Amino acid sequence: MNANSNLERQGKPALTKTEKRIALKKSIKKNKWIYLMILPGILYFFIYKYVPMFGLIISFQDYKPYEGIMGSEWVGLEHFKRLFSDPDFWMIFKNTLILFALQIIIFFPIPIILSLMLNEVRQMYFKRSVQTLIYIPHFMSWVIIVSISYVLLTMDNGIVNGTLEAMGKQEVNFLLNPDWFRPMYVLQVIWREAGWGTIIFLAAISAVDVQLYEAARMDGANRFRQMWHITLPAIKGVIIILLILKIGDVLELGFEHVYLLLNASNREVAEIFDTYVYTAGLKQGQFSYSTAVGFFKGLVGLVLVIGANWLAKKAGEEGVY
Amino acid sequence: MVEDKTLSSRLFNITNATLLIIVALLCVLPFLHVVAGSFTTSAELAEKKFVIFPTEWSLSAYKYVFSTDTIFRALLVSIFVTTGGTLWSMFLSTLTAYGLSRKDLVGRRIIMFFIVFTLLFNGGMIPTFLVVQQTGLLDSLLALIVPVSINAFNMIILKTFFQNLPPSLEESAKIDGCSDFGILFRIVIPCSMPAIATISLFYAVTYWNTYMHAILYLDDASKWPVQVLLRQIVVLASGMNYDGSVYTEVPPPEQSVKMAVIVVATIPVLLVYPFLQKHFTKGALLGSVKG
Repeated sequence: MNANSNLERQGKPALTKTEKRIALKKSIKKNKWIYLMILPGILYFFIYKYVPMFGLIISFQDYKPYEGIMGSEWVGLEHFKRLFSDPDFWMIFKNTLILFALQIIIFFPIPIILSLMLNEVRQMYFKRSVQTLIYIPHFMSWVIIVSISYVLLTMDNGIVNGTLEAMGKQEVNFLLNPDWFRPMYVLQVIWREAGWGTIIFLAAISAVDVQLYEAARMDGANRFRQMWHITLPAIKGVIIILLILKIGDVLELGFEHVYLLLNASNREVAEIFDTYVYTAGLKQGQFSYSTAVGFFKGLVGLVLVIGANWLAKKAGEEGVY
Repeated sequence: MVEDKTLSSRLFNITNATLLIIVALLCVLPFLHVVAGSFTTSAELAEKKFVIFPTEWSLSAYKYVFSTDTIFRALLVSIFVTTGGTLWSMFLSTLTAYGLSRKDLVGRRIIMFFIVFTLLFNGGMIPTFLVVQQTGLLDSLLALIVPVSINAFNMIILKTFFQNLPPSLEESAKIDGCSDFGILFRIVIPCSMPAIATISLFYAVTYWNTYMHAILYLDDASKWPVQVLLRQIVVLASGMNYDGSVYTEVPPPEQSVKMAVIVVATIPVLLVYPFLQKHFTKGALLGSVKG
């Protein structure tokens, strides 16, 4: 975005305030129908995105639904103090961080590896068939992904436990055993998103100059070395941008996904900020406290994404924002 | 490109292709097993002797699933939300995207920032819930549509596409005395059908898959879309739910019945997939050009 706006600014002298106002008036007169077109969209973002941001002030109140924001009592940082002294908070914090780390360390490289592999395929029909198949899970909802996992993994006639049994092994209660929650979460993320994630890397790879490979081959580089020294460096920028975006999503681990996997016996590893906000807020009616939890999560996410972007720029990459 | 035919290169190709075939199969096998399981009996499933091809075929699971009104009602809700939501979202997104694609619009950059910022930070679940409540949408199917009217990413994809149309198209229309709305509906939209189709399908899939907003905003079980019903039947009915409540309208169903419901909830998406596939790579890429 930044690079783009800089480009547009080039060659134009800086406008003074009055000049800007005149330009705006002119533009409104000339483009009144255009402003009318974007009005509903702006109203939508204002009402359903910005008004809730103002609504965050209830995290400094003892919000009572029947008294509203105006009538509710102010309690300052009470809810935040409670949050940091809550033993559940550290459990949630740890769970969120671990799932995030698993996403970055285990999930993130997989689409890159897959796209490197797809790039090495020379038969286009084969490449396209593989792509067709691996994109499919992305279009299934988390409910469907979790439900399919459920019927495969259940101890009640599920095929996985059936196979284990046939092999003479002990059956495993994948769905209730807390030890299986994290592997299951990561595997489902991989299943749904790894294929889809290749699209952007494949596009970046397709922009690599073919002559580079030929030159490398002349120098005796084998396929692995070509990948390592040509393809990977060529897509480094894209990898870093996607990593920043992923870090920005750190706390968006997917309420739906985790909530679907959550149950009373795996709560100690599966409860994350979003599910906690949902249960504390909507199920137990602690509106202010759960808003404070959500607010904290949102701020951490914002700081992380800005930080990651700053780091990338420092390292000489383009960054996202 | 000149292909090198060395032994190591050939070995590489074979290993690579084999691994890719395994990956591709792993992606679809679970679903194929579920489809096969839905067309057989639970007794056959209990024998655990097949992955894709059962020895005994049966429609009993589907007969059971469609024997009550529940699934029809849920499907109707999902169909309504998907078609209504897609039309509404496309209407708003197209108008906004076209407006913002006009480079002569003063304030365009500020408005874009206003929209992109919502991708970085938002009020979160509870304040959004309160706004949905205040706008009177609780327990209404509109709660599944209106609070998610525009997806900022989709809108930006459309905007990028509109920006890349040749400017001469609009200019000649303007000279012919075409109004801004006329240009949008008679020129820009017809010239952007690939993008419009892609984004419509993205919206449609999202609406069909809607789950979170239904559990947040709808208490009335008769308004549940098919995804919520699926979750009730497959996950909750087995007593592993979080808060201890059990959905009582349906008794704990058999394995093949669960599979049939999964298939019913997935089929519409798979039906549009071939159409989707033609365009979505391009769509997904356009969106990533500018975050």
